[in-house]
Amino acid sequence: MKNLNRYGYAFIAPFWIIFLIFNIYPVALTFYYSFTNYSGSGKAEVVGFANYQRLIADSYFVEAFFNTWKIWGVNFALQIVIALILAMIFSDARVKMKGLSFFRSIFYLPNLITVSSVALLFGILLDWQHGSLNMVLMNIGVISEPINWLNQPTTAQLSVSLILTWMWFGHSFIVVMAGVSGISTDFYEAALIDGANRWQTFTKITLPLLKPILLYIMITSLIGGLQLFDLPMLLTDGIGSPDGSLNTMVLYLYNQAFKYNNYGYAAAVAYGLFIITVIFSAIVFKSMYGNERKQARRV
Amino acid sequence: MIDRSEIENNVTPEQLAKRTLIPKEKKTKKRRSIVKGIIYALLILTAVICFIPFLMMLVNATRSNDAILTGFTLIPGTALMENYRTMMEYVNIWNGFKNSLIISVLVTLLTGYFSALTAYGFAFYTFKGKNFLFVFMLVMMMVPGQLGLIGFYELCKNLGILDTFIPLIVPAVASPFVVFFLRQYIQTTLHPSLIEAARIDGASELRIFHTVAIPIMMPAVATMSIFTFIGSWNNYIMPLVILFSLEKYTLPVLMGFLKGSQVAQNLGSMYLGIAISVVPIMIAFLFLSKYIVNSISAGAVKE
Repeated sequence: MKNLNRYGYAFIAPFWIIFLIFNIYPVALTFYYSFTNYSGSGKAEVVGFANYQRLIADSYFVEAFFNTWKIWGVNFALQIVIALILAMIFSDARVKMKGLSFFRSIFYLPNLITVSSVALLFGILLDWQHGSLNMVLMNIGVISEPINWLNQPTTAQLSVSLILTWMWFGHSFIVVMAGVSGISTDFYEAALIDGANRWQTFTKITLPLLKPILLYIMITSLIGGLQLFDLPMLLTDGIGSPDGSLNTMVLYLYNQAFKYNNYGYAAAVAYGLFIITVIFSAIVFKSMYGNERKQARRV
Repeated sequence: MIDRSEIENNVTPEQLAKRTLIPKEKKTKKRRSIVKGIIYALLILTAVICFIPFLMMLVNATRSNDAILTGFTLIPGTALMENYRTMMEYVNIWNGFKNSLIISVLVTLLTGYFSALTAYGFAFYTFKGKNFLFVFMLVMMMVPGQLGLIGFYELCKNLGILDTFIPLIVPAVASPFVVFFLRQYIQTTLHPSLIEAARIDGASELRIFHTVAIPIMMPAVATMSIFTFIGSWNNYIMPLVILFSLEKYTLPVLMGFLKGSQVAQNLGSMYLGIAISVVPIMIAFLFLSKYIVNSISAGAVKE
């Protein structure tokens, strides 16, 4: 029977061959390029840490970094608050709400649509002169002059945040709801007997028990958010207009590599982005679980 | 406050709740139904916000450019065919559809089969370096796709497979997350004694995988396949980097192209193009929504 175990290698071989060629090798090659001045053709010269030094001092990258955070942060705060409110409404045992599966499906729908279609759609809906949004808002008298949404840094960033919220709150709601339904009803019955009100039940029982789920949403959303590309690329001119406010880190990476042929520098941007992702995921993880340990000690 | 002694005297929570609520039941009921009505109204408003951009898109797709420029209504126009003709003059959107479909179907099949194969190998054989390889795979799972983008492009250039579907399809053989998910699944659902029984019956190892393991793994494979398909269908940056010729563009890349083309002059055609890229997904969702929602829930709770 023992010799059967060599089949194990055969079973995992196709995976590892493809994984080495198309995943690990490109990652390693990018790492090598990040120390060169490679321009897409010709020879790559090793330049040491020059690309990384440039990266730290690069005001465009720093700007892209903060843009990405601003856009993601506003979107995440909104999305998680909406998801929690919805979950609170639908999980309340005293007010039995109907139509959960209907609303869940409708709320999730925007998430399923190709991001590039979404970007194009909002690009023309938000158009300054001919966009339907301005026309509707002016018809019902909310605004008197058309707003040039995508031409001012603040409104442009806010637009992207709101589109992201629109796309993702349904997904977060489904995940939060899955977490809520996993909480034993005993806790809620005990709270009811003790005379806890809705808010106390929510903050003292639901939220603490949802922590792992919230952490999961936050980390997956953060990793996705730091890679924000499709929307800013297609909403405006593809280089971050207006005024560099939609210049995100991956958009900057893409433009450096495939528009300006600075492959070496773009490779350094990729690794900068990677390091940032790792650091912030670790911080999120630690701040959520570090607290728990402290609390446990106090008790 | 509630008298603690009552709880100790074996009063059930239901009885307790009834008892404390009796005096003000009528009033609470009325107030509750008003609150409920307001909440329903807000929920429906949220649902409308989710759907209205699509509705605007569908309506505008049937209106002529001039009509769209002068104002907005929810009454469909009559310029649908005209918009369609204008769009098709510049961009053959069905071709993008076909390309996206070919790539996504092949990616889904490859991911499903090879991930199941790898998960089975990891779960039911013991060999040297198994744990190291598994942990290494998990670490690589955390690496974002863009990290290797430049190296990936260079690799494809050197292999001469730029502007082909190969770099978009073949890497699907190695999908760490799916392998991880399937391994967790099969370890709890397939008992090793079943494999032993098949071996005693004289089945080959690959045959056991095909006839015993695959059917058991099928529900998990189907769940993962939905996400693989959606992910591949929506992928934008990879085909954007890899493909150059218009006739090979996938739907998302074609959408980007549409924006920069002559079609953008005619808003009606533009809306129609977007609508064609969106509506099939919406129809598919109509039938699969329950399944998709359950899959998301299952995926999150298993984490």
